[in-house]
Amino acid sequence: MTYTEKTHAAFGDHPIDTADPRVLAWLIRRHGLEMTHISRGSHIGAIFSVAEVTAVLYSGVLRVNPADPAWPERDRLILSKGHAGAAVYAALAERGFFPVEELSSHYANGSRLSGHVSHKGVPGVEFSTGSLGHGLPVAAGMALGGMKDKADWRVYCVLGDGECDEGSVWEAALQAHQYQLDNLIAIVDHNRMQSLDFCENTLALEPFGDKWRAFGWHVIDVDGHDVDALQTAFAQAKANRGTGKPTVILAHTTKGKGVSFMENDILWHYRTPQGDEYEAALVELEAQRP
Amino acid sequence: MRDAFTRALMREAARDPRLTLVTGDLGFGVLRPFWETYPEQFVNAGIAEQSMTGLAAGLAATGRTVLTYSIGNFPTLRCIEQIRNDCAYHDLNVKVVCVGGGFVYGSLGMSHHATEDMAVLRALPGVTVFTPGDPAEVEAIVPVMLRTPGVCYLRLGRGGEPTVHERPVKDWRLPQAQTLREGTDVAILSAGGILTQTFSAAKMLAQKGVSAEVVSFPCIKPIDTDKLTELAQRFRHIVTVEEHSIVGGFGGAVCEVLAEHGSACRVHRIGMEDVYSSIVGTQQYLRGAYQMDDNAICNRTLEWLRAPHKGTE
Repeated sequence: MTYTEKTHAAFGDHPIDTADPRVLAWLIRRHGLEMTHISRGSHIGAIFSVAEVTAVLYSGVLRVNPADPAWPERDRLILSKGHAGAAVYAALAERGFFPVEELSSHYANGSRLSGHVSHKGVPGVEFSTGSLGHGLPVAAGMALGGMKDKADWRVYCVLGDGECDEGSVWEAALQAHQYQLDNLIAIVDHNRMQSLDFCENTLALEPFGDKWRAFGWHVIDVDGHDVDALQTAFAQAKANRGTGKPTVILAHTTKGKGVSFMENDILWHYRTPQGDEYEAALVELEAQRP
Repeated sequence: MRDAFTRALMREAARDPRLTLVTGDLGFGVLRPFWETYPEQFVNAGIAEQSMTGLAAGLAATGRTVLTYSIGNFPTLRCIEQIRNDCAYHDLNVKVVCVGGGFVYGSLGMSHHATEDMAVLRALPGVTVFTPGDPAEVEAIVPVMLRTPGVCYLRLGRGGEPTVHERPVKDWRLPQAQTLREGTDVAILSAGGILTQTFSAAKMLAQKGVSAEVVSFPCIKPIDTDKLTELAQRFRHIVTVEEHSIVGGFGGAVCEVLAEHGSACRVHRIGMEDVYSSIVGTQQYLRGAYQMDDNAICNRTLEWLRAPHKGTE
């Protein structure tokens, strides 16, 4: 059985509609499990927490074209929390940017699908990240360039909440406000956990929304696993164009969402799903197949 | 050099309306003509060098040539990872400009002494490193730099340095070294604004009967290997001078080339001896204190020429 057949097996003869964000989110989790299992890789908790955000973006919010990844009028998405790169790779593959089969090479010797998201040779990846705190400044620069060119496209940037420990995030937050970048939409995957502990036990972020508001941003709080609510939030964020203020969507999520024993357990920032744990996770995911 | 840079940049900005200058809230006396003439091509990123550099990468990704501008170590070491990951890895046209290479801000202290920047930037793949020696070289380099793809680093001195070249540098091509004085006993190679000291040292040496060739290297990566190998054939002693650590910078680059070339000539490096500056003073005072002003270059060169030639004799 090929990698593609294995990860699509739960659908049987049922057609796979990747334009349905629920289907795409499920596929992101299925690939996230399989990719970290094959590679013995990390970050499955982060991949699962950002699954719906990524799926909603790639199933209609983002204006992108798999047949022309460098289309000048495309929306730009930077995954600043690059360690969840498998989610973006999975979404791109399922949306036709490159073959699904290639996902099996994640982390492998000689592979272009690095553990942290890389653009080199990967159609559809806008920008390589991996060191935290880099994405929002670059996204702000792209948005500033687009604004100067009076372009229609927008820039989206997905950050982690733990990533907001980085000072460069707040430098860019100041700049995006100063330059009135209402074509910039940041999304924080707010799963309240970071590498070693909960955010509040590390460097407390709360009152998180108030911080962004104080920096001059529109703030939208949303259940980051509710596809309909996310679509409404993105519609609101898009409608903020013309207000002269950037928008941040605080997507309240659960790290490891979708597999009961991974949820809210810091272990699954690094732990790789193997053996019984892999099998148990697979059973839980298959039961949720939309 | 600052004023030569601004003049050259103004000419280029007139030709390319997408050329964009981003400053880290510095350049009060230098950049004003630019922002007054080209406000749409100017961005003040605030005192935020990491984000300034990421912002420049993002702007460059929209089809612009973007310069970042600050002083001392701020546009380089403070944001080296943004230069590496965001700019260089993505092959973006970002040109990093530093005013104050070496001891320009001598009295301000170690934080403002840029003495490792050349080595650090030179280590990054795909980054071209320009080290002009005087305003004439700056004027020649700026248009070439803006047409050189990818990330470039331009290390400037201060304002008001004398021009060492007698005539404008015409038709300069990357990475051509510039011979400013011909000689027969020793070649003294110079990178950056310390060229005034190198040139002055050669005159002092002439008074002592030593004929020194002076060659400026306005670009250390790539470096003019043809010139280096030619010099190594003509001279038994080569002295390198940089207002910078002797580790990994210009002298290091020369040694790499000549060691691989298999030359019999000896290379003597003048610069900071792998230490941080811990005293302050004028630029010229610190050059003297750290043994790289014209007197030191002259005296150290004489000692090296007089010492027995180890190894090959």
